[in-house]
Amino acid sequence: MSTNSENVEKLVKKEYEHGFVTDIDADTIPPGLSEEIITFISNKKDEPKWLLDWRLKAYRQWLKMEDPTWAKLDIEHIDYQAISYYSAPKSKDDAPKSLDEVDPKLLETYQKLGIPLDEQKMLAGVAVDAVFDSVSVATTFKQKLTDAGVIFCSFSEAVKEHPDLVKQYLGSVVPAADNFFAALNSAVFTDGSFCYIPKGVRCPMELSTYFRINASNTGQFERTLIIADEESHVSYLEGCSAPMRDENQLHAAVVELVALKDAKIKYSTVQNWYPGDENGVGGIYNFVTKRGDCRGDNSKISWTQIETGSAITWKYPSCLLKGNNSIGEFYSVAVTNNYQQADTGTKMIHIGNNTKSTIISKGISAKHAQNAYRGLVKISKNATGARNYSQCDSLLMGDKCGAHTFPYIEAKNSTAKIEHEATTSKISDEQLFYCLQRGISEEDAINMIVNGFCKEVFKELPMEFAVEAQKLLGVTLEGAVG
Amino acid sequence: MLDIKDLYASVEDKKILEGLTLSVKAGEVHAIMGPNGSGKSTLANILAGKDDYQVTQGSILYEDKNLLELSPEERARKGVFLAFQYPVEIPGVNNIYLLKAGLNAIRKHNGEPELDAMEFMSLVKERMKLVQMNEDLLSRSVNEGFSGGEKKRNEVFQMAILEPKLAILDETDSGLDIDALKIVADGVNSLRNKDRAFIVVTHYQRLLNYIKPDYVHVLGKGKIIKSGGPKLALELEEKGYDWIN
Repeated sequence: MSTNSENVEKLVKKEYEHGFVTDIDADTIPPGLSEEIITFISNKKDEPKWLLDWRLKAYRQWLKMEDPTWAKLDIEHIDYQAISYYSAPKSKDDAPKSLDEVDPKLLETYQKLGIPLDEQKMLAGVAVDAVFDSVSVATTFKQKLTDAGVIFCSFSEAVKEHPDLVKQYLGSVVPAADNFFAALNSAVFTDGSFCYIPKGVRCPMELSTYFRINASNTGQFERTLIIADEESHVSYLEGCSAPMRDENQLHAAVVELVALKDAKIKYSTVQNWYPGDENGVGGIYNFVTKRGDCRGDNSKISWTQIETGSAITWKYPSCLLKGNNSIGEFYSVAVTNNYQQADTGTKMIHIGNNTKSTIISKGISAKHAQNAYRGLVKISKNATGARNYSQCDSLLMGDKCGAHTFPYIEAKNSTAKIEHEATTSKISDEQLFYCLQRGISEEDAINMIVNGFCKEVFKELPMEFAVEAQKLLGVTLEGAVG
Repeated sequence: MLDIKDLYASVEDKKILEGLTLSVKAGEVHAIMGPNGSGKSTLANILAGKDDYQVTQGSILYEDKNLLELSPEERARKGVFLAFQYPVEIPGVNNIYLLKAGLNAIRKHNGEPELDAMEFMSLVKERMKLVQMNEDLLSRSVNEGFSGGEKKRNEVFQMAILEPKLAILDETDSGLDIDALKIVADGVNSLRNKDRAFIVVTHYQRLLNYIKPDYVHVLGKGKIIKSGGPKLALELEEKGYDWIN
């Protein structure tokens, strides 16, 4: 351990002796992870003791775990003691003062995606207060949600305002020590989102626009918990098609969804973190644990993801189909270009009777990128009448990239019906030439062919986001052929 | 309109065209016939700009410009259209979406306003009658699951929408039964006018019963070995290609 972090430990311990008051000057603590650091974070956030204990328990388990190496990913060793685990919101002084100070390449991308100017400023982190009407927009949304009885707030706020709900459901889908990255997240998560839809309520809006304005900067260890009570419906959208400024290299988020009887949750993600440059230097490591629990009968959880960013993506949004007749769905487009790597897929665990799952995965690789689909369909012994349909298609652009499919199927009940289809294809010169011969530019042609390939997934996205996702794909794959 | 002079071309060092010369004026219909491997499809693909071919010698002038310097999409925008012998399937891409993108790219190039969805649809409705296109083919993915005849009809339908100046039909008759052949030929005939030229590449004389050419050329060993009027096609049908050799 470096002397630097030893000093921090000393400092932290010293503070601790004095009863650990929260008014420490430093807003970012130097690198390192220890029980003291976790205690520091928990205290800084003014958390109840049960939550601190929960974090410490996760940490102790994490210490005994090892980085997973089974994924088809080439990951450089990560020094977890070299990471700083707490950083307060950045002071506005360091932020760019106007869009003129922002990387023109980033602005070009925003323009291509058709993002409004005010939103560009927000995304680029321009330090202008009230450049647009975000406050009043947010207030209007908040009022509408409150009227419907929906709780939607930051995780920290939920811990304070709705401790019983948090205590009841936190870790009930992804246990603290579920896996290496989930344990790390459980120990050090700083914030995230919390959402509760009461019984019988259909959430009056897509929880997306609101999210984009308010919670876009939630940090590297994000924690999301969504609970849909009986007969409720919610559609939640995470992320943004625009590339976000982010200096943290390691991201390890946890998302837990709970659907009670007759409830429906639709969770859509557009992930476009910095993928590194064309030589594979830099870029975000994205290690996410996402799991939905169809706890009640006739419940349904649907994951839709468009993954275009990050240097490395390790992500398997899953469904536990516990309730009878419950339904799990996974629709995914994962794009890797240059030296990006993705190992992503889903797990569908059929436990209840007559449970149904659908998996549609589209992987696109270009240049030197590697793209793997890894999925598990498991039918438990007592799950009668379970059905699964999986379709995994890969599209290759160029001859140096790779696509891999690892489907695992475990059926312990003989009434199960499981179908799996997989294809790998290349954008053919014939297809491209056909489009060119009709007067269409090469860029538009590639866009069209790739979007056609992803159509089945895009149609699952909320309308306005489907349009953005299409543009995003085009921008991501620019110059990938030819 | 089109002036091909002493054209030599090869694929992967295999010589296919060896000194082909052909001149086509606006309003004319030229039939290119010849046995398999004589270079008919190569000629069609070179005109459209497919980059599998190397032109080693000779020149092609299109509207007094060097055609070989233009990219495939530039050629298309300047009015060169190829009805493909084997139209490719593009899954997930809507048939008329592709066509609208093509038409608007061409219109933009010509300085004309792009058509909006409504204007485009009324054009589609009008032109699809020319080839008796089935309406459900419009909303399907490009050529996906189309029968051989439907694919060829779709090519002629696209031609009717894009209104090229120089239309090249590469064995559009192959794989068509007699009814489909008539429909396709009627579609082509309705598009004939004094400003538009056609190059009809075909193996059989049959198509030329329905699309009457002004000139017939016979291709052999990479160049035109005989040219004549419509009667030449009939003679070929009777005597076979060996007769010329």
